[in-house]
Amino acid sequence: MNRFLLPAGVFLLLVMVLFVGIQRAPQKTVIPSALIGKPAPAFSLPVLGTTEEFDSASLRGQWYLLNVWGTWCPECRNEHDMLLEIARTELLPMIGLNWKDDDAAALEWLRVLGDPYDVTAADREGRVAIDWGVYGAPETFLVNDLGVVVYKHVGPMTPEIWSREFLARLPKTSAGASGAPIAIGAGS
Amino acid sequence: MIAELGHFTLILALLAALAQSFFGLAGPAMDRPSWTSTVRPAVWVQFLVTTLSLGALVTAFVNNDFSVEYVAANSNSALPLLYRVSAVWGAHEGSLLLWAWILVAWTLAVALLSRSLPEPFAARVLGVLGLISVGFLAFTLFTSNPFLRLDPAAPDGRDLNPLLQDPALAVHPPMLYAGYVGLAVAFAFACAAMIEGRLDQAWARWTRPWTTVAWAFLSIGIALGSWWAYYELGWGGYWFWDPVENASFMPWLVGTALIHSLAVTEKRGLFKSWTLLLAIMAFSLSLLGTFLVRSGVLVSVHSFAADPARGMFILAFLVIIIGGALTLYAWRAPLLRSEAGFEFTSRESFLLFNNILLVVAAAAVFVGTMAPLISDALGLGTLSVGRQYFDPVFLLPSLPLVALAAVGIHSGWKKGRLSDRRQSILLALLAGVLLTLVLVLGVWEGAKILTPIGFALGLWLMLSALIDPIDRWRRKLSMTRAVIGMAIAHLGLGLFVVSITAVESYTRERDLALAVGESGRVDEFEYRLEGLSTVEGPNYDALRGEVRVFENGKQVGLLYPEKRNYWVQRQMMTEAGIEMQIGRDIFVALGEDLGAGRWSVRAQVRPLINYVWFAAFLMALGGVIAATDRRYRSRPEPAA
Repeated sequence: MNRFLLPAGVFLLLVMVLFVGIQRAPQKTVIPSALIGKPAPAFSLPVLGTTEEFDSASLRGQWYLLNVWGTWCPECRNEHDMLLEIARTELLPMIGLNWKDDDAAALEWLRVLGDPYDVTAADREGRVAIDWGVYGAPETFLVNDLGVVVYKHVGPMTPEIWSREFLARLPKTSAGASGAPIAIGAGS
Repeated sequence: MIAELGHFTLILALLAALAQSFFGLAGPAMDRPSWTSTVRPAVWVQFLVTTLSLGALVTAFVNNDFSVEYVAANSNSALPLLYRVSAVWGAHEGSLLLWAWILVAWTLAVALLSRSLPEPFAARVLGVLGLISVGFLAFTLFTSNPFLRLDPAAPDGRDLNPLLQDPALAVHPPMLYAGYVGLAVAFAFACAAMIEGRLDQAWARWTRPWTTVAWAFLSIGIALGSWWAYYELGWGGYWFWDPVENASFMPWLVGTALIHSLAVTEKRGLFKSWTLLLAIMAFSLSLLGTFLVRSGVLVSVHSFAADPARGMFILAFLVIIIGGALTLYAWRAPLLRSEAGFEFTSRESFLLFNNILLVVAAAAVFVGTMAPLISDALGLGTLSVGRQYFDPVFLLPSLPLVALAAVGIHSGWKKGRLSDRRQSILLALLAGVLLTLVLVLGVWEGAKILTPIGFALGLWLMLSALIDPIDRWRRKLSMTRAVIGMAIAHLGLGLFVVSITAVESYTRERDLALAVGESGRVDEFEYRLEGLSTVEGPNYDALRGEVRVFENGKQVGLLYPEKRNYWVQRQMMTEAGIEMQIGRDIFVALGEDLGAGRWSVRAQVRPLINYVWFAAFLMALGGVIAATDRRYRSRPEPAA
């Protein structure tokens, strides 16, 4: 042993700390999806219960959520209240992708449970879901104003997931750099 | 097309850097002169293609090419040209490319100015620099490529973060990177010396000017960042001990130790292994700073978009570069012996203490910066370290350092020969104490405990730094750049201490709630909100206040603080109104709308604050002057 090994030893300890640090970095929970960081697939589908077409191009320039659901999916029932809660905040539009479902049943579901979606697109044959890489409902995608998929959550939406994974990724609408709270009242 | 060109040249740059490191290291090792002589052309190629690559990104920004995702995410068609260019390094990907370009620019400078060095040694230096280039270029290319296309193209970009739309911040990153990367040159010199197992005084003479210039860049970069924080963040602070600020400050402290230690190695052939270790540490801390900013392990106002994959890449890179250098050090440093001794009051021992104190200060900052991370890694919960820790812990080694400098700059090599200067030094101390009394009792009233100590030490050092140039001038002795540079840098340090002391002791600030026509009082100062109006900038609209400031009833300033609303990012920014006067700043920032026509107004008077940055500039200037001293330029042949 010589004393000249000491710096290398200290460095080794530091590397271990940094390694653990990376493991614990808040972003570690990203579920790998081939789509994250890629442009969201474009689609054009009938609006549920109507003959109108909804074109995803109309969403360009704004952040939005795309929630994949179906009346046949029990977990979708579980997350529905949370979705209503999110819709109430009016932070960003939520698009429903009604997947391989029956129109009448879907409309009835929204009428009885409440409708959190700004638009619900009916993907009766599931072609759009294939483009989006959906492998089981519910799934929720977060798409940014450049049309890039920022995050994808598989499974029911919960308040924790919402604030940790979605809210945290949304752009801040006001800067936090406005100084300390006001200390005193009016002068003179 | 332009993005593909940038992408392609980036790949070429990586290949050129690989060639550069291979030929630079393998050439001398296998004794193949043809390989060794290939290094410089490889540097040229790498420089040219990296320049093209950076140029391509700049072009994409200037032309508002929103089919490039990075451009779309960080620029906007309404953004003024200056900021469209500086937006290139406004986020992670582009700033890495800038890093890589500055590195190859330094490398080219070394390649051009190292002709007088032994060929195998110069090749090894360039080889090590090539290896660092490989790391950064690969990092850019594989995890952070700024040239990725967005299909379909965005109609307009998301705009540069309004915080970064500022002239000082356009220049701050390039300066800072020039400093960080310049320390890579010292690192490469150290590695080359360790590979050869030989380190002599000539080595220190080659390394010194590079290190000093890098240190000067780093000083200016840090000062610009601090200046920006002062007027842009809206609360008038200039240093927050934020992890990212610390990440730039630690290499500066160790770099300062290094330039002093190199002086001993050059003049006396001592401190060899210590100098090597400092050279390794200074650059390692630069890399660590990069890691902390970009991996997301520490939360900071400066954080780039954090990404664990990037963190892993940099960590692997750290292990290879720093781990490799430290292993080399453990193996080679024992071979380097210094035989000469020195007396207690000699310059050597003053510089030894200088080094100890600087490294202790750096270690204190390091511990404070890493503590939250260590605590989290050990599962002890989150920990936040702030001023309460950093201020005292940093001052403890720094104040003795200033006193040491005031005396130490007059000490002689090898033997303690202070006697001929003792009188002048004591005179300077006396004058410093008298001036302190004038400041504390006359100019500003009242004092905190550290106020007179800070003033006296700073003034003493300022006066002491002038003794040598004045003495030489009176005795008509030669005035080398080394002498002038050293005097200016230490004068700057003294001024820095004095101005920080004044700011910390005599700043008067208060938040007032004012409606139009109302005024508020802070001691002898009165602030009257004369009016509020709306103004429009190129990519924002702003509420502009008009604030008249009176001191004892006499008007001393008319300020226009703004609260800007940037359209694209929908961010509110404060633009403080600052009236710079000789000896003080009057600072007014508009805060929140309190309702009923009232606005919170932050009013401050900060004495000497501008001298803090001016002092940092003096230190950097001193460094640059000293680094251009004649003896570094002369060729080995005395004739030239």
